[in-house]
Amino acid sequence: MPHSTFFKFIAPSLFVMLLFIALPILSVAYQSLFIEHEQILVEVENCGPFGCETELRIDTEAMDRANEESPMGRFNWLGTYANTSHLAFAEVGAIWRDSDGLIPALRAMLNLPFYKALIFTIAYTFIVTPLGMVLGFFVALGVNSIPRLLKGPVIFFSLLPMIVTPLVGSLVLFWMIDSSGVIGANLQLLLNDPQLSLKASPTLTWVTLFLYGVWHAAPFSFVVFYAGLQTVPDDTLESAMIDGASRWERVRFVVIPHLMPLATFIALVQLMDNFRVFEPIIGFSAAANATSLSYLIYNDLRGSETPLFGSAAATSMLTIIGVVILLMPVLIRTWRDFNRKV
Amino acid sequence: MKSLLRMTVAAGALLAAPTFALADCGIESGSVRILSNDFEALHVVAAGAEECASATVEVTKNQTTEHKNIQVAALTTNPATYTVAVVANNSVVPLLNDGLIRPLDDLVAKYGQNLEPTQLIKIDGKVMAIAFMANAQHLHYRKDLLEEAGLEPPTSYEDILADAAVLREKGIVATPLAANFKPGFDLAEEFVNMYLGYGGEFFEPGTPNASIVNEKGVAALETMKAMSDFMGPDFMTFNTNAIKPMWEASEVAILNGWGSRASALIDTEGPAPEVAANTVLAAAPTVGGGTTPAATLWWDGFTIAKNISDEDAEASFQAMMHGIRPEVAQEHAPVAVWLIKGYEPTPAAVGVIETLKAGAKPFPMLPYMGVLFTALGENLAEFMQGQESAEQALEDATQAYNTAAREAGFLN
Repeated sequence: MPHSTFFKFIAPSLFVMLLFIALPILSVAYQSLFIEHEQILVEVENCGPFGCETELRIDTEAMDRANEESPMGRFNWLGTYANTSHLAFAEVGAIWRDSDGLIPALRAMLNLPFYKALIFTIAYTFIVTPLGMVLGFFVALGVNSIPRLLKGPVIFFSLLPMIVTPLVGSLVLFWMIDSSGVIGANLQLLLNDPQLSLKASPTLTWVTLFLYGVWHAAPFSFVVFYAGLQTVPDDTLESAMIDGASRWERVRFVVIPHLMPLATFIALVQLMDNFRVFEPIIGFSAAANATSLSYLIYNDLRGSETPLFGSAAATSMLTIIGVVILLMPVLIRTWRDFNRKV
Repeated sequence: MKSLLRMTVAAGALLAAPTFALADCGIESGSVRILSNDFEALHVVAAGAEECASATVEVTKNQTTEHKNIQVAALTTNPATYTVAVVANNSVVPLLNDGLIRPLDDLVAKYGQNLEPTQLIKIDGKVMAIAFMANAQHLHYRKDLLEEAGLEPPTSYEDILADAAVLREKGIVATPLAANFKPGFDLAEEFVNMYLGYGGEFFEPGTPNASIVNEKGVAALETMKAMSDFMGPDFMTFNTNAIKPMWEASEVAILNGWGSRASALIDTEGPAPEVAANTVLAAAPTVGGGTTPAATLWWDGFTIAKNISDEDAEASFQAMMHGIRPEVAQEHAPVAVWLIKGYEPTPAAVGVIETLKAGAKPFPMLPYMGVLFTALGENLAEFMQGQESAEQALEDATQAYNTAAREAGFLN
């Protein structure tokens, strides 16, 4: 294909990608460098149904002038990235200087909102992604070997966790694990501990979120692996059988190598998805014990009456950087495979 | 687009009009577009305003719990998407901060004959909002359970803790207490109540510098922690909606809950008539030997957008005045604690009225209070679960406040 034809062919999608992916990211990056103007406060008397009080108020006319002069606000360069709510360089430095030993230092680090969210996000990503893939793979193997008649309904039910909206799925589970819910109450009976609560203890909350994550993520792996299983060459399988390979050996030495490129693809998608974990935290009301980077962004924008756009933008950029770092190994691997084929 | 919008609005008005008897509100012409939160009392008010719709007056409404998140954007456009924003004393702050609502003095002089002086929210001498109902968290207790345990009704948090111990010891209720401890708005509001009960100040006077790391702050948190010992194990996920079924199932005996939800808890035709019959409402308790209740007072009221024509502003004000006319408060007395003239408090209003009379403070309307409130909501949970000290939790909240307030331009 001549280069010009290729370019014409790809131009529309390039344009759309620029417009809907690159530009918004650039605007977010630009936003993250700014903070609000210094608020000009004046003392005024305020009265309401419950009495009068002298309070500070924003001088809106003066603020309008400032906003007209520079609508983006004050340029803060990378200040927002460095502050306590984000990378907290000053605090982290102080912690490593002052604390005795690694464990107290790490504990102090985890008290900083960004690192607290980061550690849960990473833990969620690295626990849910492999477990979801393994579960999805075994479900695919199972479905592949059941009689044809049953396949349709079984596939439908296996896909349900993905069909159910994450928020609804997590809410349903949230009610079931309530200490008076069907799972929560039975666990209390089983372990003979009336104070047991899956919602109160941080560890159990994390475990619940991970389990929910695996439940929700497995169907995607299942669908892709199941499609892949249909392409496993029969003659290779048959020759393996003639060589006396057991079922497990056939899976290990024929099926898994055949599905490896698919596994890379699933890992790529799932790592990205799980790194942005958000809905279960809302659905499980788990913010007391587990916050994620996406939750921080949400909270900056929706937590208070005045949204913190700069802060949310900075966390968004850090999330993008996190995703890129996370995908590096997979991308490098794909690149190598590509070069080898060429 | 514009004509499409106009057509939609007109169609909406046409659809809405036949359901209400057309009333003469004295409006010649104009457009009334109401944005408000979504609960019963506000439905009543908006329905009242909708009665003013006529051939020349269109009245539309958007009642959504997301109102806080769209109001600033919706009122910033010129002309504003909504002419009326129904707000409370926290959600009016962003509108004031950005100068998006207009002074109402002229309109009050012209059409406000029915208003009580206490309904006028004055900022710097100018009326910026018209309050029409009040709300507060206050005490609910089960008189049958307290009597069974031989206890007097509590009036302070110290009483509540002592009573809870007795109720548990005698095996009457295993988890006698409940409170809105879910991180975010609920937890922050509980702390604000308790801290004010101890006589705390959130800021150094005349500055935006937070001043919550002190003995009163620690005492407030310790009291909340002590209460959590008498609650069900899931207490960190409790909010009003979660507590209601627990109350109806007699799992809880003493509760500090929202006045706006009280009518559902004392409703003898509700799901638990016996519980409702024994539920008593009272003023919010005091704490630490203080004399004023550990509670904050809230008002709901309406504001008129700045970026609209004077004609629409006048029409909007008249329509809203029709929505909060004295008859509304008389006909719909049980749905709210109305601040409207001629309102007779119903049994459901007792808690809020008593709290008001006992001198509770209003929720601060300071421009930077929202920032501190968010910081509190996000940083107190670790203490409540015993993972860090009260001082540490308050310091974390202060640090989060300082960072956010710096970004918002309140601190340097």
